[in-house]
Amino acid sequence: MSDEVILLSIWPSMFGMRVQIALEEKGIEYEYKEEDLANKSTLLLKMNPIHKKVPVLIHNGKPVCESSIAVQYIDEAWKDKFPLLPTDPYHRAQARFWADYIDKKIYNASRKIWETKGEDQEVGKKEFIDCLKVLEKALGDNPYFGGEEFGFVDVELVPFFSWFYTYETCGNFSIEAECPKLIAWAKRCMERESVSKSLPAPQKVYDFVLQLKKTMGLE
Amino acid sequence: MAASDVKLLGASPSPYVNRVQIALNLKSIEFEFLEETFGAKSELLLKSNPIHKKIPVMIHNDKPICESLIIVQYIDEVWSSGPTILPSDPYDRAMARFWAAFVGDKWYPALKELHAEEEEAKTAALEKLMEMMALWEDAFAKCGKGKGFFGGDCIGYLDIAFGSFLGWLRVTEEVLEIKLIDEAKTPGLAGWAERFCSHEAVKGVIPETEKLIGLAKIFQARAKAQSQN
Repeated sequence: MSDEVILLSIWPSMFGMRVQIALEEKGIEYEYKEEDLANKSTLLLKMNPIHKKVPVLIHNGKPVCESSIAVQYIDEAWKDKFPLLPTDPYHRAQARFWADYIDKKIYNASRKIWETKGEDQEVGKKEFIDCLKVLEKALGDNPYFGGEEFGFVDVELVPFFSWFYTYETCGNFSIEAECPKLIAWAKRCMERESVSKSLPAPQKVYDFVLQLKKTMGLE
Repeated sequence: MAASDVKLLGASPSPYVNRVQIALNLKSIEFEFLEETFGAKSELLLKSNPIHKKIPVMIHNDKPICESLIIVQYIDEVWSSGPTILPSDPYDRAMARFWAAFVGDKWYPALKELHAEEEEAKTAALEKLMEMMALWEDAFAKCGKGKGFFGGDCIGYLDIAFGSFLGWLRVTEEVLEIKLIDEAKTPGLAGWAERFCSHEAVKGVIPETEKLIGLAKIFQARAKAQSQN
């Protein structure tokens, strides 16, 4: 029986990128469908009626919503290829902890950087860098958050790398100056085809955000 | 396994802590419950959870695990010979995780909004919450597949994730004189709530509604005093 796998997303979404990376790592054939959030498709509204958000992974007609849940689902449904989570329960708990930390902290702090100015923006920048430093410390001297192997936490965090240029330009600061090890890690991840295929060019993201800010009346 | 191998830092009124207690009970794991006092964080807590500084924290063989749902999954994976908590099918697991996340991300914040000061905010919050209760009723039918629990025949991950909040749900019903779980509107949930609360692993974990109401009044008074200082 051949699987039908569809990913509903928008190209700048770091959450969508997570799911894409996971699918690519596992070598799963899938159809990518670009959504227009100003005009959500019937499929999206049917598959994610509760949150009405992307990304949504649809496997043989059944939807899985929320990127971290979708990535774990992919890891479990295609468990014989390239496991993303470690096997040891304690290391799994640690991986889940860091994924949860990224979800709770990084996204919200990062939004303040491009959505606000002045004092609010400075607060956002500080929060963002503080969080990246915590993650950099957790990475330590390992090549990946997964240790020797690329894994779940790497998948959860690396999509934000495509937005770093946008944050740096909007916020007028250098992430590499603050977290050189993390940048080194991100560049290492970008050498993987699954990642380079799934992340858009930083300039493209920046142009998108400039346009978005105009639409939101933020300029 | 000796009780000292497993420690739980927590406080009994916390539904997040209750989740872990229920999971440990389900697996018949002996543990030492170290009760944190409200308003002061112990050295052990700050050392074990330096990032969030929150309860619950489970310490297993001196290694800390944080975040209630992560702890529950850890318990399920380490003590794999006991009754299973997460479903075995990957899609069922994804559904359980989705709804478990919904508890903390959307439902509980909406429940707290009900205690707003202004009438208009209260009415809007109630409408939102009633919609969510209808979603839960639907989720119960889908996940439980006609059986007694979200997990099917036995209590599972989502029962634990959501059921631990029944204490505070009852507090809201009593204090605001409303019905969130209703025999008529949400019969599935009504039956489930009773079944869940009388389960061996759950009995005695969630504090009585009267006690929680008393505690809520103390928290409110303290919060008011703090904001006035």
